[in-house]
Amino acid sequence: MRKMGIGAVALASAILLAGCSSSPSATPSETEDAAIDASGVTLTIWTDENRKPAIEAAAAAFEEETGGKIELVQKNFEDIRNDFINQVPTGEGPDLTIGAHDWLGALVAAGVVDTIDLGDKADSFEDVALSAMTYDGQLYALPYSLETIALIQNTDLVGEDAPATWDDMIAAGEESGAERPFVINTGGQTGDAYTMYGFQTSFGAPVFVQDDTGSYTSEVGMGGDAGTAFAEWLGAEGEKGTKHISTTIDYDTNNELFASGKAAYTVQGPWAIETLTAQGAKIKVNPIPSAGGETAAPFVGVQGFYLSSQSENALVAQEFLVNYLATDDAQKALYEADPRIPAWSSLAEEVSSDPVIAGFLASSQNGVPMPSIPEMGSVWDLWNAAQVQIIKGADPASTWDKMVADLEAAIG
Amino acid sequence: MSVPQGTATEPATAPSAPPRESHARAWKGLGWGFLVKLVILAVINAFGVLTIIAAAQVGSWIVLVGSIVILLVADVVYFTKRSIPLKYLLPGLIFLFVFQVFIFGYTAFIAFTNYGTGHVGTQEQAVEAALIQGERRVEGSPTYPLAVVERAGVLGFAITDAGEVKVGSAEQPLEVVAQTGDTGAPADVPGWQIVPRNDLISDKAMQQEVQELRVPVSDDPNEGSIRTRDGSTGAIYTSTLVWDEQAQTITDTVNGTVYSADDHGNFVAEDGTKLPTGWAVTVGWENFTRLFTDPALFEALSVVAVWTVVFAVLSVAIPFAMGLILAIIYNDPRVRGRKFLRTLFILPYAFPAFMSALLFRGMFNSEFGVINELFFFGANIDWLGDPWLARGAVLFVNIWLTYPYYFLVCTGAIQALPADALEAASIDGASRSRQLRSIILPLVLVATAPLLISSFAFSFNNFTVIYMFNNGGPAIPGAPYALGATDILISAIWDISGVSGGAADYGLASALSIIVFIVVGVIAAIAFRQTRKLEEF
Repeated sequence: MRKMGIGAVALASAILLAGCSSSPSATPSETEDAAIDASGVTLTIWTDENRKPAIEAAAAAFEEETGGKIELVQKNFEDIRNDFINQVPTGEGPDLTIGAHDWLGALVAAGVVDTIDLGDKADSFEDVALSAMTYDGQLYALPYSLETIALIQNTDLVGEDAPATWDDMIAAGEESGAERPFVINTGGQTGDAYTMYGFQTSFGAPVFVQDDTGSYTSEVGMGGDAGTAFAEWLGAEGEKGTKHISTTIDYDTNNELFASGKAAYTVQGPWAIETLTAQGAKIKVNPIPSAGGETAAPFVGVQGFYLSSQSENALVAQEFLVNYLATDDAQKALYEADPRIPAWSSLAEEVSSDPVIAGFLASSQNGVPMPSIPEMGSVWDLWNAAQVQIIKGADPASTWDKMVADLEAAIG
Repeated sequence: MSVPQGTATEPATAPSAPPRESHARAWKGLGWGFLVKLVILAVINAFGVLTIIAAAQVGSWIVLVGSIVILLVADVVYFTKRSIPLKYLLPGLIFLFVFQVFIFGYTAFIAFTNYGTGHVGTQEQAVEAALIQGERRVEGSPTYPLAVVERAGVLGFAITDAGEVKVGSAEQPLEVVAQTGDTGAPADVPGWQIVPRNDLISDKAMQQEVQELRVPVSDDPNEGSIRTRDGSTGAIYTSTLVWDEQAQTITDTVNGTVYSADDHGNFVAEDGTKLPTGWAVTVGWENFTRLFTDPALFEALSVVAVWTVVFAVLSVAIPFAMGLILAIIYNDPRVRGRKFLRTLFILPYAFPAFMSALLFRGMFNSEFGVINELFFFGANIDWLGDPWLARGAVLFVNIWLTYPYYFLVCTGAIQALPADALEAASIDGASRSRQLRSIILPLVLVATAPLLISSFAFSFNNFTVIYMFNNGGPAIPGAPYALGATDILISAIWDISGVSGGAADYGLASALSIIVFIVVGVIAAIAFRQTRKLEEF
């Protein structure tokens, strides 16, 4: 994933939050409608810049119907996780925050999130979104969007057909006469196991073993023959082999090479589409081809709204979630302000008329949720580093085995 | 307030008049200084009172006491005649306490705790979280329309279940009190008064109470209890975890496992399994000893520590030497266009360092970077991937960024040299190199040594260039916390603190930063002692 710069933390939030105290209640209205009178209640929601307009739309309906107030505090998405963990216990956190599902383990470990109950509305969401937001059998957030990575191809070079396997793809890419048949971000020297994961799963080497219900256990699944096979493949495609995968490619280089037509295929997420097509490249989005024989299953990320365990307005917050965010209109507004694959099933179907969204949706249907167990936090650094070493020509099997051993030691 | 003796017509400036009262307390005529002071202090007081109110509202007692003390001291100092030196010292002292002493004290406090992932709150919050995590909706439980009811100050729930209205409270299990044809929330509950939902929502205390209220379904606790999430619907939940405050244990009622609180802020069962949420506790010197006893951590940190010293020394020595040589050359009157050339030399210094670091990262790319293309005939030199080349590259970037500073400083120092001493030396027949060694260098060093020392301390903690250039990479194989070959201690602390994602360990990071503080402090102290010797030279 792209690493952003250090963002400034809004110190103002503490002062803003200080203002949330209850004021005298309004006259009780005896309407038949379910709308409540929440005047005097202020819900504080943390959001990032992209999602702010989307939540504003849902908040407007809530404010108009209930008289309550929604205070949006804009933060850097990268900062929200840590700030939420650190501020909720001090009582200065928000009532609700936007967040990614793979934070869940850390949030549960910190004890800062409350469970939520969507009741009958749960059926309206995509299953993968709900299961991603579920930890140890409990639902902790209202999901609203899915995201995943997919194979993106330049249709002028290689047409629209999805290659079935890695070899097919490379062959088609070479035939097209492009400078590079395929380009993939490796985060430069940092490594990018996230983007590489589809190819890894096609060898049957998941990062953690899943139990019967699909929940991740803390047992590392990357070792053994399957893991070694992936490592060998990575080494063969690396800088000492075919050079299709190289540590000189970082996020920007990757997108520039594709956008300028120098590469026929790349693996990227919806967030890069704008950059990839900025120079006029025509694209088609397809599922990631298999390199190892099995289905290539990229990580699916889910974004949603978490409820703080220290919220003083939990009843109102719950009301906002269930009756104002889990609605057709609100989900649509969220989508329009920030087009990602909706977690709201009917809307997901509706927006699939857009071929790009449809492509990512198809890819996500092959995908697996990114593990949200806290152990995942220990994985990335070792995993990324081992991949970079293998791509650069270190002995694949021993490097990979050492990584798995270090990982098991770190998880304990 | 005493009025000066004498008649009104007598001028106040008469030499015989008694000493006037100072500006500190009174305003006479056009004492603009007093007015300005009054306005500034009014603003300071306003901000101070605002801070105190805000701190009281969010319950930050340290900030509250601190701001009260600062405000009182400021008012006393500036409105009395007594402590004149303090009037000059106070702003600096306040900044020193708030931004140095307090921060250092707080860091030291964190260094003795296990504050980090899984240990952020208090034990009470951990228990609360465990109970939240242990309470589940009974599978297949329908969602009942619900009303919150009240009787003699006791809150209860009334639900509609298959045409029957049932009511109960925390003490009293649900019982049928009426039949209803409606399927909506109960509108009338005999013996109880319905709390309108709007009253509930605007009353924070009641909201909290309702949130925590559990109404048992029957006398058998295993059948679960009704709870509500939004005040208008309810469902049956069972809790599998029970907190015993006396014994400090949480018991899982399903399988009988007892989790007891240990001294590291965890609830641990006998077989070693832990509940996910822990709390922050003081762990003593553990963080410090871990730095030296955990082999994986110690090995990686030793590499980092050695590189930090090398990086800091070379980042000061090389740019200083370069700056000095260039300054001597470009100070020679025979060089044409000196002013223009000197301005050009300052450019790298004027450019934002983090931008330069990012640009250099691209330029050092082994395949696409201009460095390989232009200077190494397109060879694939892996500048950022090889530990030694990466160290060389980051050092090069830092030298490029800092030598103009020394050029500037040395130019100034050289221009301030006593011209007569140099002239006398050349008349006595001293060679250029002898003049350099015996006059120029010692005098320049006297002027620049304190700057060199502070630069050393800065380079020791030069996070920006490391983070922006290559984020400490390439990784040291097998090192925990993503430590890399070009990481210096401060960027290692950043990695360990987990601010960038992953597992956070603020306690360990604080311990390490205290060690860094001590190392920098000792080196600076020794260096300053040496500087004094230079001056005696």
